[in-house]
Amino acid sequence: MTELALPSVKSPGALRQLAIYLTRDKLALCAAVFLLVLIVCVLVGPLFVGELAGKLGLRQRNLPPFALEHGFIYILGADTLGRPILARLIVGAQNTLGIAAAAVFCSMAVGGTLGLAAGYSERWYSHVILRLADVVMSFPSLLLALIVLYTLGPSMTNLVIVLAITRMPIFIRTARAEVLELRERMFVSAARSMGAGSGRILFRHIAPLVLPTLVTIAAIDFATVILAESSLSFLGLGIQPPDFTWGAMVANGRGYLKTAWWIAFWPGLAILLTTLSLNILASWARTVADPLQRWRLQSLRKAPR
Amino acid sequence: MMLGYIGRRAYHSVISVIGLLTLVFFLTRLTGDPSALYLPLDSSLEARQAFARLNGLDQPIYVQFFQYLHNLLSLDFGQSLRQNRSAIEVALEAFPATLKLAVVAMTLSIALAIVVGALAAARPGSLFDRIAGLVSLAGASTPDFWIAIVGILVFAVGLGVLPTSGTGSGLHWIMPIFVLMLRPFGLLVQVVRGTMISALASPFIKTAHAKGMKRRKIIFGHALRNSLLPVITVAGDLATGLINGAVVVETIFGWPGIGKLMIDSIIQRDFAVVQSTILVTAIAIFIVNIAIDLLYAVLDPRIRY
Amino acid sequence: MTASDKPILRIDGLTVDFLSEGDPVRAVDNVSFDVCPGETLVILGESGSGKSVSTGTVMGLIDCPPGDIVSGTLVFDGTDLSRLDNEGRRELNGRRIAMIFQDPLAYLNPVYTVGRQIAEVFESHGAGEGGAMRGRVVRLLERVGIPEAETRVDYYPHQFSGGQRQRVMIAMAIALEPDILIADEPTTALDVSVQAQILDLLRDLQRETGMALIMITHDLEVAAAMADRIIVMNAGKVVESGRAEDVFTNPRHSYTRRLMSAVPHGDPKKRSRPVEQEVLLQVADLSKHYKLGSGPFAPKREFKAVDDVSFTLRRGETVGIVGESGSGKSSIARMLLRLNEPTSGSALFAGEDIFKLEGRALNGFRRKVQMVFQDPFGSMNPRMNVRSIISEPWAIHRDILPRQRWNERVVELLELVGLKPEHAERYPHQFSGGQRQRIAIARALASEPELIVCDEAVSALDVSIQMQVIELLADLRQRLGLSYIFITHDLPIVRQFADRILVMQRGKIVEEGETEALFVSPRHEYTRALLNAVPQPKWLQRDPTPLAG
Repeated sequence: MTELALPSVKSPGALRQLAIYLTRDKLALCAAVFLLVLIVCVLVGPLFVGELAGKLGLRQRNLPPFALEHGFIYILGADTLGRPILARLIVGAQNTLGIAAAAVFCSMAVGGTLGLAAGYSERWYSHVILRLADVVMSFPSLLLALIVLYTLGPSMTNLVIVLAITRMPIFIRTARAEVLELRERMFVSAARSMGAGSGRILFRHIAPLVLPTLVTIAAIDFATVILAESSLSFLGLGIQPPDFTWGAMVANGRGYLKTAWWIAFWPGLAILLTTLSLNILASWARTVADPLQRWRLQSLRKAPR
Repeated sequence: MMLGYIGRRAYHSVISVIGLLTLVFFLTRLTGDPSALYLPLDSSLEARQAFARLNGLDQPIYVQFFQYLHNLLSLDFGQSLRQNRSAIEVALEAFPATLKLAVVAMTLSIALAIVVGALAAARPGSLFDRIAGLVSLAGASTPDFWIAIVGILVFAVGLGVLPTSGTGSGLHWIMPIFVLMLRPFGLLVQVVRGTMISALASPFIKTAHAKGMKRRKIIFGHALRNSLLPVITVAGDLATGLINGAVVVETIFGWPGIGKLMIDSIIQRDFAVVQSTILVTAIAIFIVNIAIDLLYAVLDPRIRY
Repeated sequence: MTASDKPILRIDGLTVDFLSEGDPVRAVDNVSFDVCPGETLVILGESGSGKSVSTGTVMGLIDCPPGDIVSGTLVFDGTDLSRLDNEGRRELNGRRIAMIFQDPLAYLNPVYTVGRQIAEVFESHGAGEGGAMRGRVVRLLERVGIPEAETRVDYYPHQFSGGQRQRVMIAMAIALEPDILIADEPTTALDVSVQAQILDLLRDLQRETGMALIMITHDLEVAAAMADRIIVMNAGKVVESGRAEDVFTNPRHSYTRRLMSAVPHGDPKKRSRPVEQEVLLQVADLSKHYKLGSGPFAPKREFKAVDDVSFTLRRGETVGIVGESGSGKSSIARMLLRLNEPTSGSALFAGEDIFKLEGRALNGFRRKVQMVFQDPFGSMNPRMNVRSIISEPWAIHRDILPRQRWNERVVELLELVGLKPEHAERYPHQFSGGQRQRIAIARALASEPELIVCDEAVSALDVSIQMQVIELLADLRQRLGLSYIFITHDLPIVRQFADRILVMQRGKIVEEGETEALFVSPRHEYTRALLNAVPQPKWLQRDPTPLAG
């Protein structure tokens, strides 16, 4: 443990405490920094390099990486049309992360709501919701997505819908399981005995307690969705040119492995680093949340003897 | 009781599979007219109509659907348009290749993950634990299509020690198995480690210490035995997900399995084959789930179906 | 039973910290005690007093966050325990020092048979291998009073009752006839009648083997029933120690005195506000049946949780409903609050049948009857602060109080239950158990009810807090003219609070009577059993018959 002088303040704010825990896990800190840089790139990057990403350059065709004579933007090399890979990575990041975020959000919102309904009510539709979740769950998601995308046609909206649907069962099941447990909790009985109606119990008492769990799952699922979207794009059923994501970039570079390996290499590495960072942070968050593990991140001082 | 339980599960699964087949049936019919793909561009209208009549494509879609269901009941799964023979035959022919790949990958990753996860949990915070943690997170975060390409780049193109694609010698197995193992292995190590750590903190472990049991016996006899239960559940979900990986791996390495067949059939609009592969996959997944439930009941005496 | 004078275990100046963010938390502070063979030492303390930690160090079992033994020596039979390595410790554990715990279901491995888990003790200490041990294990189970031991040795923990599971734990602990048995709250989770049997068993075993018994408990009656000597712990420190009779009859430390005075002593308080003649609640033939085993092949059975229960409650009266777990007392409470529907029967509240109320009438009824639950923490939404918790009834029933008066009324209610106005902004987890129950009571009072149903409302609290809460309830009864239905498993607690008592067993009322009459001359044998199950102090017990030889 690093000796980190704790401030004399008795109870530092929760955020500050989290920041302290983050500095105690070097790997998680690196992951957080990487994601932060990535987010900044996604937000402001396209303003500066957006044009470059589509700029054809005859002289830069298949330019190998780490050659600086054409400028820093070509540090990762260029593709077969001479477009700088770094610029394309930044623009691709916007699509990749945007699609994943939209899909996860839709999945959480719709799945969470359905799960609340399925857990609280014992009417016919709660069974229908569960059966549907089972159908989606019991079949390989990629196959399902492939079939649906091929028939509906690959577009950004369809991609988001398909990804959201394949991840939805997790939210439905978790929300339902939480509601089933919370419904039996004493404070719900207490509210009912006071005369609270279903709406009040569901939205005032149960939903606020389910939400943190759903958000946690959403954060973990984000990495999975990025991977799923990349696979679909790689198989050619993601968003279509001229738009592209990291997965599509790998697919484009696949034909040139023998001559220009970097075209397929860098976008894949970007996917790996992003999902890895997300997973590292999720694992760190689990440690913080687990009372049996949290002490590993604390600075433990023994009493003098 | 047990038979009744399997019966209920089978009933649910049949509903799921029928729902899935219905969805796929209608979706695939919406993609377009297969005669356009199968007949030469300049073929006459009569030729097209003859083709449609031969394959029942001139009927209204709901008639086609009932015909399809009717045929299903008499175990007639339709003809492959592409290969001009029974679709189920085509699907069943491709199935063993995928099964072999999946069984080897799953067995290896479960066995490895249990050993690595248990050793990591036995000494949390140790160097081994940290390396195992990072490796498993990386495994769960790696895009499988990308690592397959990098593998080809390094071992086939660069070093020339492994073949790029196809089947045949034992060497052909190495890369597909490795790529397919990566994600289940990574996720399972995380699960084993997590459940082991909480199992080691559970009260009955205290009892074992109070009894004076040897540490090795406590870890492997009590903690690991109890943490196998959640591992089995996760392994079941991963087995379903393995098919996702199989699609990608089989496409890249040219492995003649059910995943490659599925992709090829979708692209070539070979409806009957798509549906037959779905049926075969769904039945396989159903059998895996039943096996897991039975295993669960064997391992946990509290569960009685 | 002659206790030898030479201590088998001596602990000197033990100090244990729990490490956490920032400064370590001192769990045990300079604690010293010893115990001799054949002797029972009771460590008495409330939750968080450090009593379990001090014995945990003897076994080398310390919880997370990591404990840190700052100083102290632990000498067992001439061996310094703190110098022992893991292997040395392991050889002592289970063979010479054994331990049983509060919640046997959690402390037994759910996936192994009890026989196997007991045999592990023998295997761990080289006393024999699995199969050959079967006979010994069966004899052990017979010794601790498990019926049909020959077959039940192959059962899993979940197939035993709570009391039997504790017997299994005891069998495991005495397998190798240890010198010391540490019992950490062994009867806390059990019904009183089962508790008495387990305590008897422990005493018998001690007499047979001459082992030393260290018993950790928060229960004064259990302590008195078992202790030869006693040490009282509070906030990690030993505040008093000595012969049990001396400590109980003549406590010197103020904390001990407070603890002792918390024991319900019988003399009923004088009531200034008489019970009115008007009947507030009339329950007639109330039943609740549950269907069991609905599988396709299992025969349909019915479980009668509540079976034809009738009673009346007059305005201003307090009725205690007493029974052990599964007697149906809580089911009655849940039905009266319309949380569960009855199978049959009626309950007239102020002349109207509760079970027929719908819509507006039901809402009006919910205002007049409130419930205080066993677990105050569980009965409050952890995401709401005290202000929103207390004002929730007004948010539901809009006509009670205009919104602008909410804040001032919350303050009034907090003061009424003995809390401070600034507590309104805090969240439930920032309070102690007793304070939380006060908040729950304040919430119950918010809708100005006529009847409050208390379901085990003090059972989860420490003894010294229990009496404070009961006194608060009694005080409110005087000031507000409330009626109570007070449900508990603990007979002595209701003695000074209830006007009448109903004793329940297996869903039926077996005895009903005025409180004092019921205590002085119980008619039903079950009531007598309950009263007798309350442990008697050891120094008042008749000497056990000396063993032959």
